[in-house]
Amino acid sequence: MTGLNPTNEQRSSGAAASALAIELVGINKHFGPVHANKDIHLAVKRGTVHGIVGENGAGKSTLMSILYGFYTADSGTILVDGVAHEITDSRHALALGIGMVHQHFMLVDNFTVLENVVLGAEDSALLTPTLNRARGHLKDLARDYGLDIDPDAIVGNLSVGQQQRVEILKALYRGAETLILDEPTGVLTPAEADHLFRILGKLRAEGKTIILITHKLREIMAITDEVSVMRQGEMVETLPTADTSPEHLAELMVGRRVLLRVEKGAAKPGKVLLEVENLVVTDDFGTPRVKGVNFQVRAGEIVGIAGVAGNGQSELLESIAGMRDQKSGTIRVNGNPLSLEGDDGAARARKAGLAHVPEDRLRMGLITNFAAWENAILGYQGKYGDGPALDIAKARATAQDYMKKFDVRPAALDLKTANFSGGNQQKLVLAREMERDPDVLVVGQPTRGVDIGAIEFIHNQIIKMRDAGKAILLVSVELDEIRSLSDRILVIFDGQIVGEADPATADETELGLRMTGSHTDNVVTEPGTLPEHETPVQQTLVEMSPKDNSGRDTN
Amino acid sequence: MDQILVDITLILDSTVRLAVPLILASLAGLYSERSGIIDIGLEGKLLAGAFAAAAMSAVTGSAWLGLLAGVGAALVFSGIHGLASINFKGNQTISGVALNFLAAGLTTFLGQSWFRRGGYTPQLSGDQRFNPITLPFAEELRDVPVLGQIYGELISGHNIITYVAFIAVPVTAWVLFRSRFGLRLRAVGENPKAIDTAGISVTRLRYQALIITAVLVGIGGAYLSIAQSAGFNNNMSAGRGYIALAALIFAKWRPGPALLVCLMFGFLDAIQFRIQGQSFPFIGEVPVQAIQALPYILTVVLLAGFIGRAVAPKAAGVPYTKER
Repeated sequence: MTGLNPTNEQRSSGAAASALAIELVGINKHFGPVHANKDIHLAVKRGTVHGIVGENGAGKSTLMSILYGFYTADSGTILVDGVAHEITDSRHALALGIGMVHQHFMLVDNFTVLENVVLGAEDSALLTPTLNRARGHLKDLARDYGLDIDPDAIVGNLSVGQQQRVEILKALYRGAETLILDEPTGVLTPAEADHLFRILGKLRAEGKTIILITHKLREIMAITDEVSVMRQGEMVETLPTADTSPEHLAELMVGRRVLLRVEKGAAKPGKVLLEVENLVVTDDFGTPRVKGVNFQVRAGEIVGIAGVAGNGQSELLESIAGMRDQKSGTIRVNGNPLSLEGDDGAARARKAGLAHVPEDRLRMGLITNFAAWENAILGYQGKYGDGPALDIAKARATAQDYMKKFDVRPAALDLKTANFSGGNQQKLVLAREMERDPDVLVVGQPTRGVDIGAIEFIHNQIIKMRDAGKAILLVSVELDEIRSLSDRILVIFDGQIVGEADPATADETELGLRMTGSHTDNVVTEPGTLPEHETPVQQTLVEMSPKDNSGRDTN
Repeated sequence: MDQILVDITLILDSTVRLAVPLILASLAGLYSERSGIIDIGLEGKLLAGAFAAAAMSAVTGSAWLGLLAGVGAALVFSGIHGLASINFKGNQTISGVALNFLAAGLTTFLGQSWFRRGGYTPQLSGDQRFNPITLPFAEELRDVPVLGQIYGELISGHNIITYVAFIAVPVTAWVLFRSRFGLRLRAVGENPKAIDTAGISVTRLRYQALIITAVLVGIGGAYLSIAQSAGFNNNMSAGRGYIALAALIFAKWRPGPALLVCLMFGFLDAIQFRIQGQSFPFIGEVPVQAIQALPYILTVVLLAGFIGRAVAPKAAGVPYTKER
């Protein structure tokens, strides 16, 4: 392998033990015609955190699944502690001390933490003694690694971060010496991610080996000792983290130079295209989520709404897009008040010149079982053919055009939308909404779960829209994204706009404080009304942890 | 006064008798559905079990061989169900419905071609059936007021399968909540991926569950034809498999409540026999059909709204495929 630097890693070589915890040699794996792993070599040193980066579909997860015994490689050798093993199933991997924390947790929601931890590793056929022994063991692990968690809590009631700790405990309980974490921070809040990294640091200090799969370069830089880059099924390079930079890694991942910062000229704001006045929106349970919001978006500018998830930005977005009835207030597009009540609100919003890229493309933006061309006209299907029949030829031509302009890959009209990668699905939604030439574009989380290369493309498209004189409202939980795209930033907290900032001069800490409501000097409400019963941070936790407990077994 | 006591005892006695096949079928369904396999085919398995038991018993003269045949038939049916829904990842409901049709047709066809009595098997008697067992001291205690009556009539004097059914309830509860197998069974019905990544075979676990299901429901079928009755007749399960499934949902897939619900259905069935032909004040005589419909009406009403949300095992009905 390139760039391996065997300086201080020789400490464990006193015995027969190898300095390498894991070594993969010449791994190949095909899925049908797809060559997911091409002759992969990887060496992971004991007691280090080893990052693996790559875009979606680069083959990272496949490689780790092979190591964990979930798939079997077509060819190649796996060495654990310097000894070759044929890992045929997960049980075998566990026996070799390899544990995995999956991206989507493999937990049983209505079981307790304890039950989840022992599942599959029970030491007797009777449950009660097994659980009692596990309880003691769990206490030791919690003490050693700072993995404090109530063993009797129902997993479904825990926050995502806590559930992840249960997954880590599961692996450690099984005696894992090497821990594979697959995109561990994708579902975590920043605070939870910090907590995770502290735990990983402790695990490394105790001599465990950690393989971290991620596509967030910041995490790689923050925690790993070495990093391997994969691209299109191949291992591109392995190098010490200290010798690299995010820009360099991004270039290796994508195969060309990538701008991590968006390049854009100064905005030339024109007349007001979108105007929101005293907007109040409630959620499905009648609780006010947007509490009297006022703002304007002008032609040729991007206004970003920054906030911690769950502070009303979703409801604001859905209300403006006509998907959620407003309680009171006015929305004007192009100066005309827009009534968006009722089930056809979204259709009327479109007619008025407002296009919407929803936050959650899988739930609201696409029908994943439909072919790509069908999704490309969804919401505008009325424009294809008069009468009841659909002008399929015209629709397909449109879809073809979108795919070409937005570089959707593969450009296969009839491929089921579910089979596209996240970035390409998002491009399809963006193409559909942008190519209608709307006056106002409302975008939620434009790059959630999207690869670096596609992010760059999507950002450029949004800037292009702006420069064409459109008004753009952007909501994102990625503060970096808000800062690099927006011309103005509005901070939302507890359903209210609590401040405005200029992205060029805004200070990240300052913004962070405002987003959590800690910086309250220009809050517009009278004292005592804020925060209502719970702080938004707690609200976020509540949202992330389903409280429904009714499926729980009781004997 | 004594008459009332006798009446109550008799009704409760037939409640127990009528509840037995429901209890066995319900527990059978519990194992299957807890493992993530919806088993609408309980009805067919019950019927096939009843037929096989009666036919074998009629030919060999042994109730025990009949019971074995009943279980065997249910195992074959479960095997088909498993093949379709576990190996071939087919739709479990459709596979179950198909089995029900198969059972209804096959039992009639085979019954006619083997015995030529219009679908009936020959009348069984003596050792061809499971006969009531008199528990110790039942006769001696008969004269003790109330308790003697209850012991002698209600507790004593049932056949062996009845006792098996009632013992199966606490055993199931223990297996489900106190054993390693139970933990894995509950897990595989909720999140089979958790089981797979823990290194346990989902397929094997689900087949194990289906085998237990078949044994229980096969015994239930045998009860119908060679314990409760003295022979098989067409469609003798008469929807009990479905009622058992309803009871299971009703009990939220827990054995204790399932027993209670089955007893309640048995009780409704029992009083239905008693009130037939009786005249009520203001209403007069209620048509037989209306009374017979009672348990079913109650099922609909209760399932529609009274039990609140019954949360099925999350993975029930979803074939497990090992892909991302």
